[in-house]
Amino acid sequence: MSATLPLVNAQESRAATSAELVGLSKHFGSLKALDKVSLKIDAGSLHALLGENGAGKSTLVKCMMGFYQATSGQLVVDGRERSIPNPRAAQALGLGMVYQHFTLVPSLTATENLVINRPDCPAVINWEKEKASLTEFLSTMPFQIPLNVPIYKLASGQKQKLEIIKQLYLQSTLLILDEPTSVLTPSEATEVLSLVKSLCEQRRLSVLMITHKFREVSDFADTVSVLRQGRYTGGGKVADLSHQDMAAMMMGQSAATARPGSSGGTITTAKGRSNANDNDNDNDNDNDNDNDNATASNSNSNSNSNSNSNSNSNSILQLRGIKATPRSGAGLISIDSLDVEAGRIVGVAGVSGNGQSELMEILSGQRPLLSGSMQVDGQPYTPTRKAAREAGVRYLPEEPLLNACAARMSVAENIAFRNYDLKADGKPAWWLDRTAIRNHGKDMIAAFNVKTTSPGAPIDSLSGGNVQRAVLARELTGDIRLLIASNPCFGLDFTAVAETRERLRAARATGTAILLLSEDLDEILELADTIVVMSDGSINYQCSRDEADVPTIGHYMAGHAGDSTAPIHSAPV
Amino acid sequence: MSIPWHRPSWATPLARHSEALLIPVGALLAGFLLFALFLALQGKSPAEYYSLVYKAGFGSAFSWQNTLVRTAPLLLAALCVALPARLGLVVIGGEGAIVISGLACAQVAVLTQQAGTAPGMVLSLALMFIASALVGAAWIGAIGVLRHWRGVNETIASLLMTYIAIALMNHLVEGPMRDPNSLNKPSTAPLTDWQRVGQIPGLEVHWGLLAALICCIAAWLLIDRTTWGFGARIAGSNVRAAQLQGLPVGRMIIIVTAMAGACAGLAGAFEVAAIHGAANASLVSGIGYSGILVAFLARQNPLAIIPVAIMLAGFEASNGLVQRRMDLPDATVLVLQGIVFLAILSSETLYGRFRVFTPERWQPLPAEGEISTVQQGNPA
Ligand SMILES: Nc1ncnc2c1ncn2[C@@H]1O[C@H](COP(=O)(O)OP(=O)(O)OP(=O)(O)O)[C@@H](O)[C@H]1O
Ligand SMILES: [Mg+2]
Repeated sequence: MSATLPLVNAQESRAATSAELVGLSKHFGSLKALDKVSLKIDAGSLHALLGENGAGKSTLVKCMMGFYQATSGQLVVDGRERSIPNPRAAQALGLGMVYQHFTLVPSLTATENLVINRPDCPAVINWEKEKASLTEFLSTMPFQIPLNVPIYKLASGQKQKLEIIKQLYLQSTLLILDEPTSVLTPSEATEVLSLVKSLCEQRRLSVLMITHKFREVSDFADTVSVLRQGRYTGGGKVADLSHQDMAAMMMGQSAATARPGSSGGTITTAKGRSNANDNDNDNDNDNDNDNDNATASNSNSNSNSNSNSNSNSNSILQLRGIKATPRSGAGLISIDSLDVEAGRIVGVAGVSGNGQSELMEILSGQRPLLSGSMQVDGQPYTPTRKAAREAGVRYLPEEPLLNACAARMSVAENIAFRNYDLKADGKPAWWLDRTAIRNHGKDMIAAFNVKTTSPGAPIDSLSGGNVQRAVLARELTGDIRLLIASNPCFGLDFTAVAETRERLRAARATGTAILLLSEDLDEILELADTIVVMSDGSINYQCSRDEADVPTIGHYMAGHAGDSTAPIHSAPV
Repeated sequence: MSIPWHRPSWATPLARHSEALLIPVGALLAGFLLFALFLALQGKSPAEYYSLVYKAGFGSAFSWQNTLVRTAPLLLAALCVALPARLGLVVIGGEGAIVISGLACAQVAVLTQQAGTAPGMVLSLALMFIASALVGAAWIGAIGVLRHWRGVNETIASLLMTYIAIALMNHLVEGPMRDPNSLNKPSTAPLTDWQRVGQIPGLEVHWGLLAALICCIAAWLLIDRTTWGFGARIAGSNVRAAQLQGLPVGRMIIIVTAMAGACAGLAGAFEVAAIHGAANASLVSGIGYSGILVAFLARQNPLAIIPVAIMLAGFEASNGLVQRRMDLPDATVLVLQGIVFLAILSSETLYGRFRVFTPERWQPLPAEGEISTVQQGNPA
C-alpha cells in the first residue's frame, strides 16, 4: 500500500477538473426529465444549478455521476469526451457527489465509512493507523464530527458535513453538491461554502452546487445555470444576474413577480399580525432552565390571537421534566419545561445533533421517556393513533422519505395515512375505500402542487421536494390543534418555501399551536413568536421574537449555557 | 400531439395488473427454459419431461386429484410465509409449526376418542382443529413476540424453532405419546374413523383444500382490502412511518405472526386428520419449505398463491413418475424449484421498466398537462 495521507494540503498533484454537458437528455419513458441541456463548469469555478422542485437537477447530476445513463448527449471532462457507465468511473475521473439523501452506511462509524469508500482501500485495514491519519485530516476541517459513533446515531446536519468531508477525503476534484446546506445553520452553511469556495479559488476543486437559496448563489457561485421542466432556461455570470432574473428563469416569465427573497431569510412577511402576538410577551428570562415555567407567563397572549381556546392558560403542548436517552454521546435529553400555546409558534433553534431529532421522536412516540410528563390540551398524552387524532396532533419529521413515507406505496396511499381508517362521516372504517384514497390523493396533489406522473406512482419516484410536498399535504390537512414540524422547508424551492410558511402562519391564525424545530435560524426568526435554543439535549435560552438577537442566540446555540457541561460538538459562532 | 388524448379510466389498473401477472409468468417461462437446458445438457429430453409432468400432474382427473391433495397444505404453508412478509418479516418456520400442531391434533384426538354421541364427535373434531391452530399460532406468534420485545431476528428464530419442533416430535412420538402397536414406524395412537376428515363430495380431495382456499381469500381481503391491512402494509414498508402515524406496530407483528402460525397449524391438522391418520415422522415432509417458494413466487400475494401452489403441487405429484420413466434422480425437482426461484427473484428488478405497463408514459408528459391546468386554478 502506498502511503497516502489524504490531507487536503498534501493534494498538490490533483487540480480542479472542468466539465461540460452538451445536449444532454434523459427520458424516463416519455417523461423528459432532461431535454437537451448544455452547460459548462470551468476548472476552479463554483457553478450553481437552480430550478424548481422536479426541474431535473438531481437527474442531471446523477447522469454525470453514472447513476443514470443519458438518453442522448455528451459529457466532456477536462476537455475529453467521456462516457460514465457507473459511479466508479465517475470517481476515477475525480467526480464526487454529496447526495440529497444520505449515502453513508448507517451501522458503521465515520472512520469506517471514510476508509471503506477509498478506492485504494486495503484488504486488511490497520484501524489504528487510519484513525490517526483521519484525525489529522479532520483537524484541517472547520468542523468536528464524532468519528467513532455509528452514523445512524448522528443527526442530519452532522451526516451532511461528513458527506462533504468524505468527498474531500476521496480527493474529488469536481464536487457535486445536491442541496448541501439544507440542514446546516446559516453560519455553518457560510463556513462550509467558504471552505468549498476557497478550495475553488486555489484551483483544487470545481463545484457544481444544486441549491434553492439565491443568497448562496450570489454570495458564493461564480456562474449559474437554471433548469425548468428539464430544459435549460438561462444562466451566466452570477455578477450579471439579479435574484429576480434567476427567479424569472426558474418559474417562467409569468412568475417574475414572486418574492425570491423569502427563502433567503429576509424577514418581510406577515410581520404585522405576528407583532401583535408578541407585544405582551416581554418578561422572558435569559436562562429559563430552572425558572419555574417561564412560558406560562405568555399565557395572556390570547388577548390578540383569534384562537378559540377559552381557558386563560391555553397551553396546547406542555412538557415537564422530560428525560430520555440521546442517540449518541453521553448525557441525557433533558427538557425541564416547554409550552406551546394555541395560535403561537415556538421555534426551537439549535445546531443539528443537539437533541432536536430526539425531541421529535419523544413527541411522536418513537423514543421512550425515562421520566417526565407530556400533556396535550391539559390531558396526559401518549402518542397513539387514537390519542393523536383526538388531540389533533400532527408531525412533520425531517427526511420525510425515511421517516414519514412508505417508499413502495403510491403517492395517494402515502397521502392517505392520516385518514384511511375513517369514513367520510368520521366513523371508523373497516374496509379500505380505495376510490376515496385515490380521489383524496388527486385533490391533495393538486392543492399542494405535488409533481407526480400519477397518484398511483410510487412515492420514491418523486423528486426530493415533491416528497416533502406530499407529506405536507397529508399532515397540514384536517383539524390540527398541535403541529410538530422539523425542518418543514427542507429541499423546497422558493415558491414552495413561501407557500409552506404561509400555510404555517394560516394554521397559527386558526389557533393551531406549532412547535417548529429548525436548523435554519432565518426560518425561526421569520415564523416563531417565541424562540428557544436547544443545546446539548436541553433548552438553555428562551426569548420572544422581539427580543431575538442573533448573536445572543448564536452564543447559546454554541452551547454557552452558563453551565459547565461541554456541548456534544462545538459550532463556531 | 394536437388532439388531446384521454387515457380511459380502466387503462391504469389494467396495465398495472398485466404487469403484475406477465412479469412473473415471463420469469417462470425463463426458469422452465433454463431447466430445459439443464436437462438437455444431461442428454434427457426436456419435451419428454414437461409432457410427463403435464400427464402426471394435470393430465387426467386422477392426476388432478393427486395434485390438489398436495395443494391444500402448500397453500396454508405459503400463507405462513406471505402474511408476515407483508409486514416486512421473513418467517421460514412453517415446517416447525406444521409438525408441532400436527402433534397437538393427534394428542387431542387421543384424549377425545371416547366421545360417543354425535355432538361429542363434532366437539372432538372441532377441538382437534382449534387446538392445532392455537398451537401453531403460539409457535409462530412466539417468534413475533421475540422479534418485537427482544429484537431477535425472526428468520433465524423461526429456523431454529423448526429444529426444536422436529426434535420434540421425535421425542414424544418415540416416548410418551408412542402407540405401542406402531412397530416399525413410531406413531401416536391412530385417529378413530370418525375423527378422519373426509373428502369433498365428487372431488376425491379432502376438505382441507376448501379450508385452505378460504384462508387464502380471507388473508387477501384482510391485507389488501381492510384498513387494518393497510396499516400493516405501512408498517411493513417503513416502521418509522407507521410509528409516526401512531400505529401499534408491535401488536400488528404479534397478530400477523399468530395468524400465520394458525394457517400452518391447520395444515398440520389436515395432514394428520386427512392423510396420515396419526402423528409421526411423515409430518416432516418439507411442505413448510415448499411454502416459502410458493409465497415468493406469488410475490406474497395470498390470491396469487393459489395458482402457484397448484402448479408446484403438480410438479411434485409428477416427481415419482418422472423419476421412474426418465431415470432422473430424486433431487431433479429441487433443481427446477431452485432455478425458478432465482428467475423470479431476478425478475423483481423489472417492475416499472416496461413502457407498456406504465400508462402515464403512453403520452408525452400527460401528468404535466394535468397538473398545470390544476395549478392555474390554485392560488399560488
Ligand atoms: N427513477 C425515476 N423514474 C421516473 N421518474 C423519475 C425518476 N427520477 C426522477 N423522475 C422524475 O424526473 C423529474 C425530475 O426529478 P429530479 O429528481 O431531477 O428533480 P429535482 O430538480 O432534483 O427536484 P427537487 O428540487 O425536488 O429535488 C421529476 O418529475 C421526477 O418525478
Ligand atoms: Mg433533487
